[in-house]
Amino acid sequence: MPRPGAVIEVDRNTPPVLFHFGEGVRLEKMPLGARIIYPPDPLEPIAHPERAIKRAIAKPLEDDPLKSLLRRGMKLTIAFDDLSLPLPPMAAPDVRQLVMEEVIDMAAEAGIDDLHIIAALGLHRRMTEDELRHIVGERIFATFHPDRLYQHDGEDPDNNVYVGKTAQGEEVTLNRRAAESDLVIYVNLTLVPMDGGHKSMSTGLASFRSIRAHHNAKTLLASRSYMNPPDSALHHSCIRQGQLIEDTVRVFHIETTVNNHAFPAVANFMQKRETDWTAQDQAMFLATKQMTDIMPPAFKRNVFHALRSPYGMTAVHAGQVDAVHDKTLEAVRKQINVQVEGQTDIVTLGVPYLGPYNINAPMNPILVVCMGLGYLFNFYRNKPVLRKGGVLILTHPCRYEFDAVQHPSYIDYYDEVLADTKDPIEIEEKYEVRFAEDPWFRQLYRKSHAYHGIHPHYAWIWAAHAMEHAGDIIFVGADRDVVHRLGFKCATTLEDAFEMAEQTVGRYPSVTHLRTPPIMLCDVE
Amino acid sequence: MLKLGDVPEPELPAAGWVRVMPNVSGICGSDLAAISGHVSLYLDPLTSYPFVPGHEVVGALDDGTRVVIEPALGCIVRGIDPPCPRCAEGRPGLCYNVTEGPIEVGLQTGYCADTGGGWGEVLVAHPSQVHPVPETLSDEAAVLIEPLACCVHAALRGGATKDDIVVVSGAGTIGLLTVAAVKLFTPPKRLIAIAKHPTQADLARKLGADQVVKPADVFQRIRFATAARRLEGMNRPLLLGGADVTFECVGRADSLNDAVRFTREGGTVVAVGMPGEEKVDWAPIWQRELTVTGAYAYGAEPKRKGRKTFDLALEAAPEMHLEDLTGPLFGLGEYRDAIAYAMSAGRLGAVKVAFDLRRLRA
Repeated sequence: MPRPGAVIEVDRNTPPVLFHFGEGVRLEKMPLGARIIYPPDPLEPIAHPERAIKRAIAKPLEDDPLKSLLRRGMKLTIAFDDLSLPLPPMAAPDVRQLVMEEVIDMAAEAGIDDLHIIAALGLHRRMTEDELRHIVGERIFATFHPDRLYQHDGEDPDNNVYVGKTAQGEEVTLNRRAAESDLVIYVNLTLVPMDGGHKSMSTGLASFRSIRAHHNAKTLLASRSYMNPPDSALHHSCIRQGQLIEDTVRVFHIETTVNNHAFPAVANFMQKRETDWTAQDQAMFLATKQMTDIMPPAFKRNVFHALRSPYGMTAVHAGQVDAVHDKTLEAVRKQINVQVEGQTDIVTLGVPYLGPYNINAPMNPILVVCMGLGYLFNFYRNKPVLRKGGVLILTHPCRYEFDAVQHPSYIDYYDEVLADTKDPIEIEEKYEVRFAEDPWFRQLYRKSHAYHGIHPHYAWIWAAHAMEHAGDIIFVGADRDVVHRLGFKCATTLEDAFEMAEQTVGRYPSVTHLRTPPIMLCDVE
Repeated sequence: MLKLGDVPEPELPAAGWVRVMPNVSGICGSDLAAISGHVSLYLDPLTSYPFVPGHEVVGALDDGTRVVIEPALGCIVRGIDPPCPRCAEGRPGLCYNVTEGPIEVGLQTGYCADTGGGWGEVLVAHPSQVHPVPETLSDEAAVLIEPLACCVHAALRGGATKDDIVVVSGAGTIGLLTVAAVKLFTPPKRLIAIAKHPTQADLARKLGADQVVKPADVFQRIRFATAARRLEGMNRPLLLGGADVTFECVGRADSLNDAVRFTREGGTVVAVGMPGEEKVDWAPIWQRELTVTGAYAYGAEPKRKGRKTFDLALEAAPEMHLEDLTGPLFGLGEYRDAIAYAMSAGRLGAVKVAFDLRRLRA
């Protein structure tokens, strides 16, 4: 029986706790009385995923069985989530592959010839062929790529159509092939509550014109948090857009969830609570620490990015998007929810080597902010674990390190925009269009493997709520120049950071450490 | 070979010439190139030896009038009438009579055996070469009038418009004064300076640069500023698109090769800093149909109704706080230290290292 998440109070017998530190790890002794929040253990996966998938599409939620929707001569499109999820990438076979194989077999039985498969990457980078193959599997790749398996291009003037405006004036565009299909089947993998539902289509198959309606500072500041859709202006906007899309094209959603078995056996110590570490786990920790302390960043990155996670599928639902997504969120919460009582003055967390936007690339400083102050801070329901005006302490080396192929516009954003201002709203006013419409960024997004020109802004505003909420933000062990450019404070050790934090929150502060990843969602009462 | 010693005072070569007693005399990049042996041999036959260096000079006439020297030794200075076509156009820096007249061969005071130079106690000058200095301009500021005039001339040669994105490569004396001159005389849409050292970067901003970038970031920054496209070459990147006008104020191969790759197709590269014999890839110049133009010295500016560059510089100088750029000052006896300092000026946080000759007279 997997254990639920836990809140442990630090006493004299509590061992030092693991902090992720980019491509490294640290053990830190937490002060007496501090809380450590651990994610739940991985749920038992479904024993026979293929059978569960068959069952889901045969008995969908608030929709007809998929088989009845398929007919000879129809134009069918399958869209699927890109490699930004799950993290780390899933060991083959990816659940999206399993779902798509099932759907494709069913379409073949129905005699459908006109079938296209589109990676719904929105304004994310194009995947390499190997990355694409990893998600869809060899059989689909060999059969459909490149003519009928390809990646959405949000900047292709010929292949995006204007759908209309929502009642709130949000413009909606959609991939032309999807818009002109008789049926779009969206195959999703939901790891966190932010993903899935209407957001899949309204970001994955959209263009900047459409996405800017909700990917903006004002909306993000009104999303508290975007990990809890009912309280998220981001999701309200996506839902409005998604409903307009549903008026345009027939959509059938298939959403899957996986457990939080995020680390393979060699990194088992990252998965487990320190009190549960075996001698082998301790040895692996020491070996990892030794290796990461002395190896150059590029070497460490290669080792870490080669990890594939043994995620197991925990749920699959199909049918009408809202009905499906409600069930999906239920399954996600079952895996990642942790009940937490009250907020604290200080929250500590270790930022790991990987976020959704740096697969096979270094986590550049803006992505560190996105991961730490964006995703990890926002993993809450009701209230943040950190009290308003409290201090957030993060560990990450935060080097000036950018991948010129994946993140070209991030370099300019860091060097030019953040040198000018850190204010998300001011940045948006001054720079949004310039980054979005820069012809070179546009070309690199379309033809190379670069994130869209506007993407660094999205990564930055993902942290807007945390930046507004926290009284101070301190990075431990980071490059000082970089941290100052980001507008935060820097400490050499965790002890120093606590001392600095006391100047903001007073003496004897309450402290909580979020021991994540694996992912957890703190339900703060 | 550079030597400190007593030499006979230069004789007045013709009637009307005047004696000038230097107050402050700058050490120019061209002086350093000559001393260190990096100067182009092209200039050798245009120079007469031995000479007293120093062409950035503020000094005093016998009657005490403070003046700056316009060093070009063209037809008027040499008493040649009618003047050569270039001098007739008001471009004495391009004079082809620099071997003629009552003085020895030489392009400028400070490179001519008969005129003396700023690094001595006395030099001689034709009346057309001397420009009175306003009371409000200190010697430390006035010593920069000559290089400022060069830069004003360069700015006008570059002819940037208000829609242009301009890059000034290099932030030594010439680079910084070019920034100031471009900002004042041909203000562009955006002025980007390339500066290696922190002090240079600060000064470039003060003098009017909208943005200052490090040499290592040149392609990244200029690409973004111009919304160009960047391609990675085998040896260095290139931009498709780029700066409209580039003022190259370094004169070294690296900087020149960068300039012709980040200046847009059909754009203009103005060579302002004195180059030597540098290896430059001409392919970008050819393929991008660049206009590569030199900007040497000064004269009369057709784009300013024929007004003399020196007058334009003297008018502009009081607002520029040029004295902030001058120093440290050395005595002639400290010439080794002075030159060593000037060789590393940027790294040491200095711009214009100069000799202070007022102490000699005191």
